[in-house]
Amino acid sequence: MSVAVEFRNVTKEFGPVRVLHGVGFALQPGRVYGLLGENGAGKSTLMKILAGYESPTTGEVVVDGAVRAPGGGSRAAEAQGIVLIHQEFNLADDLTIAQNIFLGHEIKKGFFLPPGRPKAESGPLGGQGATRSARPWGSWFLDDKAMREKTREALAQVGLPLDPDTRVRKLIVAEKQLVEIARALARNARLLIMDEPTATLTPGETERLFALMAGLKAAGVTIIYISHKLDEVERTTDEVVVMRDGLLVAREPTASVTRRQMANLMVGRELADLFPPKLPAPQDGAPAIKVRGLTVPGWAEDIGFEVRRGEILGFAGLVGAGRTELFEGLLGLRPRSAGTVELAGKPVQLKSPRDAARHGLTYLSEDRKGKGLHVHFGLRPNLTLMALERYAKPWLNPVAEQAALRGAVQEFGIRTGSLDVRASSLSGGNQQKLALAKVLHPGPSVVVLDEPTRGVDVGAKREIYHLVQRLAEQGLAVVVISSELMELIGLCHRVAVMRAGRLQTTLQEPNLTEEELIAHATGTR
Amino acid sequence: MPQVPAENAPTAAAAAAPTAPAVPGEGRHGGATAWWGKLHGLGPVIGLVLLCIAGTLLNSNFATYDNVMNVLTRTAFIGIIAVGMCFVIISGGIDLSVGSMAALIAGSVILFMNAMAPVLGSPMAAVVVGMLLAVVLGAVFGLVHGLLITKGRIEPFIVTLGTLGIFRAYLTYFSNGGAITLENDLSDIYSPVYYANLLGVPIPVWIFLLVALVGGVILNRTAYGRYVQAIGSNEQVAQYAAVDVHKIKILTYMLLGVCVGIATLLYVPRLGSASPTTGLLWELEAIAAVIVGGTVLKGGAGSITGTVVGAILLSVISNILNLTSIISVYLNAAVQGFVIIAVAFMQRGKR
Repeated sequence: MSVAVEFRNVTKEFGPVRVLHGVGFALQPGRVYGLLGENGAGKSTLMKILAGYESPTTGEVVVDGAVRAPGGGSRAAEAQGIVLIHQEFNLADDLTIAQNIFLGHEIKKGFFLPPGRPKAESGPLGGQGATRSARPWGSWFLDDKAMREKTREALAQVGLPLDPDTRVRKLIVAEKQLVEIARALARNARLLIMDEPTATLTPGETERLFALMAGLKAAGVTIIYISHKLDEVERTTDEVVVMRDGLLVAREPTASVTRRQMANLMVGRELADLFPPKLPAPQDGAPAIKVRGLTVPGWAEDIGFEVRRGEILGFAGLVGAGRTELFEGLLGLRPRSAGTVELAGKPVQLKSPRDAARHGLTYLSEDRKGKGLHVHFGLRPNLTLMALERYAKPWLNPVAEQAALRGAVQEFGIRTGSLDVRASSLSGGNQQKLALAKVLHPGPSVVVLDEPTRGVDVGAKREIYHLVQRLAEQGLAVVVISSELMELIGLCHRVAVMRAGRLQTTLQEPNLTEEELIAHATGTR
Repeated sequence: MPQVPAENAPTAAAAAAPTAPAVPGEGRHGGATAWWGKLHGLGPVIGLVLLCIAGTLLNSNFATYDNVMNVLTRTAFIGIIAVGMCFVIISGGIDLSVGSMAALIAGSVILFMNAMAPVLGSPMAAVVVGMLLAVVLGAVFGLVHGLLITKGRIEPFIVTLGTLGIFRAYLTYFSNGGAITLENDLSDIYSPVYYANLLGVPIPVWIFLLVALVGGVILNRTAYGRYVQAIGSNEQVAQYAAVDVHKIKILTYMLLGVCVGIATLLYVPRLGSASPTTGLLWELEAIAAVIVGGTVLKGGAGSITGTVVGAILLSVISNILNLTSIISVYLNAAVQGFVIIAVAFMQRGKR
């Protein structure tokens, strides 16, 4: 049950811009491929073509020796067993797991027919062919029992012991991910494309995913694994395929390249040190922010910390440890039941992000599209939104705003063809730089950066690290929340570790190591 | 396509200065689509021009000065409300109660004027204070809506559906099911507000123009206007970006209430009375004007110019039906309905 895929000279143009310049390579069945490339390298577009969401401008996709006919869409690709698992999940929150897994491919039965019988040609988990074409006359009614049964099988296969009738809304992110994979399996996936599957998983969950991937590989499923986390690519893949600027630049057995070589291939140049050299932590001076006994019911309990001007404090912890929620509580976005906050030595009452911004504290959300940027807006209104009073006296001054945008584009290295595009047209890394520019635009003295490099390629990561360093140098107090331990170790003076809503410890050199962080985050110490 | 409202386009385009090389995947949002976007924005204007050409060809009376002023005067009530509605819709809300609110304000104002004229001793003073009351009542009703929607966390649709019934029921109760009529001496003093001309243009048209101009400036050139668009586009992003979402939302409903108050104080001298049928279905006409004008019902972006054009377009349709006999006047609402659906059809996929 495997599938052989070959790209033949595939190009793709969006209007006048060519994002794929003739990509050709073949994938052997039953292997795990790591697909690497910076944001904008064309890997997502290529995968969308493979999964049927886009069709190539020229060139062809060959599946099992046959050229795929254009215009079939993702349904045709799914029929060939090719399924793309999106970075943002495509699950309907209010439906149950079973309803989601069979959404658009429901098993039906006739009123007069015995239930569960009329499935003529379904695969081991109920393929979609039967429900569409060869359905007997009168199959109008949903066969919930059969779907529940198949769902249970698929869930068992991915190791998720949940009731098929559970609503997806109740699942945590990692479980949703597994449901997505179960859905792919329920459609007889033979080639699975996973886009940044571990971005929101805890180390434990990541391990389970890797075990599942190994199982799928053993069962003959081909996996294309897209990730910016090179250590994961190194661990899980057989071969790496590197793309750059719409071209295939390298294809090597994973064992033969180092992580550093992978990174260099992606950026196309020798990658200078990812992290800037650490500046000594400021020893004296009053804390710019001092938090005592902060409790956000259900998420964080009795948390205290302080950050000096020029200091970078990291927050480590597993997903669900309460880091984001702690800071949302601090900003008044969640109710808090106890705690005091002092900014620059003065006690403050923060009831909303507006209060916080007024007192010189701003927050970059981890959820760029949902909470960070107005992706449908242009760059200018995004940049100035948090400091709009500055441009409204009382009439907004678009010329001054535009000048500010030009400055920010320079300062933050936002790469865009024109200043008058929507934020959504920027690549992930450049959107993130815009989001950073936005939260810094009011000129805060304390800035909280939640996952500042999530979904960002290596080149942009490096720029962001240097930027964070620069902020500290300019005398800001910086808090970095991150799930990437290397990032915290490479960037921060001290790292606070949270577990299950409590502050476990605060590590600093020489104890600031990956092992120590994991031990405290998982509670094995 | 650009979310920047049409009014802003020239400045934005003039300031366009590429500072960095284009990255792949960029151009599809520039060039061709920008051109389409501009055409999209012009849709209502083109529609209005075509309608006017048709009207002129069908009836020689259409393009006369008197008829144009007549159409604009009739548009004024709905148009003024539509300007306020534009803000509410851009912020992602809706107000279904404006017709009932206008009726209740009209009734209350007439009762107030009738009662206050002897007390104040001057009918003129009673009319002026009554006109002020109309605006204040509108603002208060808007404030109640805003508080229920933000602090009370009730869907705007539900809140205003409720007040739609409440407002009209109270008017019916005050009028005992009949009409509330302004006394004659007051009516004489008040009627110029609707019937008088300034420089050959009726007062309501001046007020409409003024409201639209002020609305356009507020929406496009103040921080408040930007916040309204930001909230409608993505409320969470706005909240995280330190926008006082509750305050801004409450203000949009108050602004709409003030617009309803202004429209009502223009409307009262026209007939000098209010009855349970006053302002019937105005909410639908106002919402339709906003939507025809290119504002998306989901919120986030829209334009006052479009709204004004939309309001005029809808009343030109009924004017043409009145002047010609091709389609029965009874089908007025049907023709407007077809236009609304057709416009919405053309605007599909705008977001």
